[in-house]
Amino acid sequence: MNLGRIGGLLSRHLYLYKRSFARMLEIFYWPFLDLVVWGFITIYLKETGVSLHGAVAFFLGALILWDVLFRAQQGVAVSFLEEMWARNLMNLFASPLTVGEYLASTMIMSVLKVTAVSSLMMAFAWAFYSYDMLKMGLSLFPFILNLMLSGWIIGVLTTSIIMRFGQQAEVLAWGLVFLFQPISCVFYPLDVLPPILQSIAWMIPPSHIFEGMRMILVDGTMPMIHILWATGLNLFFFVLIVAWFYHTFNVCKDRGMLVRVGE
Amino acid sequence: MCKPIVEVRNLTKRFGGFTAVNNISFEMKEGEILGLLGPNGAGKTTSIHMLLGLITPSSGTINMFGLDLAQHRETILQQVNFSSTYISMPFSLTVEENLKVIARLYSLQNIQRRIDDIIEKLEMGDIQHKLTRKLSSGQMSRLTLAKALMTKPKVLFLDEPTASLDPDIVNKIKGFLKEYQRTEGLTILYTSHNMREMEEMSNRIIFLQQGRIVAEGTANQIIQRYGQRDLEEVFLKLAREPKAQ
Repeated sequence: MNLGRIGGLLSRHLYLYKRSFARMLEIFYWPFLDLVVWGFITIYLKETGVSLHGAVAFFLGALILWDVLFRAQQGVAVSFLEEMWARNLMNLFASPLTVGEYLASTMIMSVLKVTAVSSLMMAFAWAFYSYDMLKMGLSLFPFILNLMLSGWIIGVLTTSIIMRFGQQAEVLAWGLVFLFQPISCVFYPLDVLPPILQSIAWMIPPSHIFEGMRMILVDGTMPMIHILWATGLNLFFFVLIVAWFYHTFNVCKDRGMLVRVGE
Repeated sequence: MCKPIVEVRNLTKRFGGFTAVNNISFEMKEGEILGLLGPNGAGKTTSIHMLLGLITPSSGTINMFGLDLAQHRETILQQVNFSSTYISMPFSLTVEENLKVIARLYSLQNIQRRIDDIIEKLEMGDIQHKLTRKLSSGQMSRLTLAKALMTKPKVLFLDEPTASLDPDIVNKIKGFLKEYQRTEGLTILYTSHNMREMEEMSNRIIFLQQGRIVAEGTANQIIQRYGQRDLEEVFLKLAREPKAQ
């Protein structure tokens, strides 16, 4: 891994965001709107007397954590789309840049996006709904790290599909992650799912993370079992998906698709 | 001109049942300008993409600087670059920002000095801070050439670098390339549909037809061999006779 090359590719995206109002808006606008809508829903639930322990924390906490996963995925997938739209893939992959360095730079980009969006959302939640997510303390960090890893996994999967199928698949950069939302049990406990979906849900890391988050909110206990499961599953899927990306990259090179992506 | 810096042996690329490049072999010596000539679909661009590691050959080997491209991609590509009228660079970045990104991808030292140097050589001072989306096609060609030359490559692949440019720009680019090649000892693989340009630029020419090499030599040797008046007539003769050898 050459850090200079990773930094070079990262700087390309930072130049882009520095100058693009639309891209900055995309980072802050939707998360802010989500927060406003879910904030009012929690206020409504409280006022109508619906018995839900820690409703604000349940929904706003879940929303902020979901956004960590979503933005981490976007950081990887949209970075690829930017190269595709700019027809810049040839310049990148005809340079000494390696596939590993390319992926690393998109993951760092996603960390920057997640940091910006999460900080903003936490500040808004605190200012408008008196919800201090940092009260979850240190237990927050394994959750965030695991969600970032999950986001990267879905992001790399999305990227490999777009690379293989081109522009017709670019909608997946925004849509694929939502396929995982129902079984990630972001806003409801896992036991509301039908048994078959419960079995599937236990096999994906985000469901463990959101179950763990609810355990902390309900009994204040550190859900080590969920953190371990989430970490183990994430590492397994991460290795698998990176290997899959290398395979897809080689297939695209073999079929001459890398030079035609985006045409 | 002495040792081969690029060695291509029995290079073949098949896409399903279609053979784009069919068992071609050639060498390029240090400081040589080799012209790759042929009608559309002859396999010129596919060959360049294989030489850049963007397409995996079906069979055959590519060696540069004595190293196998399949095994030593990073080391080789550090010393190689390319330019084409048909490539683009990120539109939302300025000319200078794009060059900075490329400089970092090639781990260059003294980046600002290199950029200022190439900007001056290619007379791009007036567009240095201009957004890439606002460049004319001639300015864009100069930018892609700048990104290729800034890295001081030992081997440069130019895929129709002057296509669709006005004669003034073409003349400037050709002049600059000749001068740069002479002073830096650069090895260039050049494709063009402009026969006069090809005669003028190349030390040696390879004519590709349906993925095969059908003629090889200096422009004069090829013209004499086929008994034509100029390279354009040879081109027309070969292009219209698919089995010509």
